[in-house]
Amino acid sequence: MAVANPPRARRLGRLERPALTGVLVREVVNFSSYWKSSTFSSTVEPTIYLLAFGFGFGALVGRIGGYEYVEFVGTGTVATAVLFSSAFPAMFGTFVKYQFQRTYDAILAAPVDTEELVTAEALWIATRAGVYGCVPLLVAIVFGLDPAWGMLAVPLIAWIAGFGWACFGISVAGFSKSFENFNYVVSAVLTPLFLVAGTFFPLDTLPGWAQFLGNVNPLHHCVELVRHAAFGWEGWTDLARVAALVAFGLILWRIAIRAMARKLVD
Amino acid sequence: MSDLAIRLRGVVKRYGAITAVDGLDLDVPEGTCVGLLGPNGAGKSTTMRLLTAQAIADEGELEVLGFRLPEESKAARAECGVTPQLDNLDTTLTVEQNLLVFAHLYRIGRADRREAIERALVMAKLTDRRDSRVDKLSGGMRRRLLIARALVHRPRLVLLDEPTVGLDPQVRQELWALIDALRSEGTTILMSTHYIEEAQRLADTVLIMSHGKAVASGSPAALVVEHAGHEVLEVYGPPARLAEVEAVAGASGLRTRRTGTSVSILGVEAGNGFKIDGERRPANLEDVFVLLTGEEIA
Repeated sequence: MAVANPPRARRLGRLERPALTGVLVREVVNFSSYWKSSTFSSTVEPTIYLLAFGFGFGALVGRIGGYEYVEFVGTGTVATAVLFSSAFPAMFGTFVKYQFQRTYDAILAAPVDTEELVTAEALWIATRAGVYGCVPLLVAIVFGLDPAWGMLAVPLIAWIAGFGWACFGISVAGFSKSFENFNYVVSAVLTPLFLVAGTFFPLDTLPGWAQFLGNVNPLHHCVELVRHAAFGWEGWTDLARVAALVAFGLILWRIAIRAMARKLVD
Repeated sequence: MSDLAIRLRGVVKRYGAITAVDGLDLDVPEGTCVGLLGPNGAGKSTTMRLLTAQAIADEGELEVLGFRLPEESKAARAECGVTPQLDNLDTTLTVEQNLLVFAHLYRIGRADRREAIERALVMAKLTDRRDSRVDKLSGGMRRRLLIARALVHRPRLVLLDEPTVGLDPQVRQELWALIDALRSEGTTILMSTHYIEEAQRLADTVLIMSHGKAVASGSPAALVVEHAGHEVLEVYGPPARLAEVEAVAGASGLRTRRTGTSVSILGVEAGNGFKIDGERRPANLEDVFVLLTGEEIA
């Protein structure tokens, strides 16, 4: 018996647009069923941080690093919003989709590779983070932050940082055997990084090791870039910070693909 | 002489110390329906995963629709439809949204998308439930949607992993009608099942698997004649009596199998002068299955 004659293309390429589109369409259609709750939490959470720290601490602190405290926190919490709308949904969403809903089994049975699946998921989460990341800034403007042209760069900064954190979350989900393992990551990695990001207090008064931690913390670079977008750029330093965020995104992207391929293909 | 939609040679897949698929050969000619029949743990689901490169074989050759796996699997998957054993529909989406997502995943162009979704709705008999959320559907409807989702792009080959597992008999028959319609359109089907009746009704060829190997293959009727003969004598009685009957049959060169409360003596039409009282019945695929795999069917 002869084997069925194969059509023209023997092998489909990598990172094909139709495959990425397919996965993104799934996310967009799903988003239509839960956008209210996710927009609510992404809006209310930074507002609470802003009110609690901005007015609570603001009453004690007054000015910090040359800024009004509300301005300092208002710009800083953009990074918090990015983290909360990227790393966390990526960790939990990815785990739920492969473990409980088995969505990824269905997608990988279609002409989609793990690389395309992970990339599309990260692109989608990054886009959401790019949008939700702007919310604290808008809230801060309502509370007295002066709008600036540089702020138009904030969605892009949030997008780049969001992509990295999305890939981080997917990697964590890929390497974890159970939900419980997420506790270690949240307590040992995310919480410290969240605190030494320069969101609520400047890092230059901290001990040397904490400053070092801050400088390797992608969240810190995001905080600084947003602040400079609002109050004035710092040239090469900011470019270096963008480069750091891009590098963070690219490295975690490859790790996330590796982690999920191990998990999804046996 | 026909082309092969699936060709496996000496395929081995191990998980640690367990060999799930152990030197499997499998041919699925285009336009036929082949049933993989085997008890739980025989390697059916692993075989299915190998065919979509969601599992990578340790040894052997795999070709699907002329594409070599795993390297060219994506091109093969574009022309396959897959129904998994476990429901993985998006439950918060509507019936139509689920089909829309898969119309995109299977790269149906914008111009044909609408029509493809309508056709799938008709096939699943869910046209009037198109706007229902999946978590509001009955088990049978969900299963029909799961199959229709795999057909939205008119695949040349359909892989059905236990398509009716866990469903009540009425729903099962509905699905059989759906699969039979697909078969009569000329779509090639590979279906795994542990329901004898399902394999007997739908499959042109049945491959019986046990411990990761193919132990027999052929048309259901030919398998029955070859392994269980034409008639079976079923003898009921207390355990001591059954053991005695087994001994007598064995002495006459006949094969037997236990059926819970009875002993079935296979191929009794050949046993000249064999005198034991019991019920005569035609041999069936279940006799073959139990004989070859040594396992009862739930």
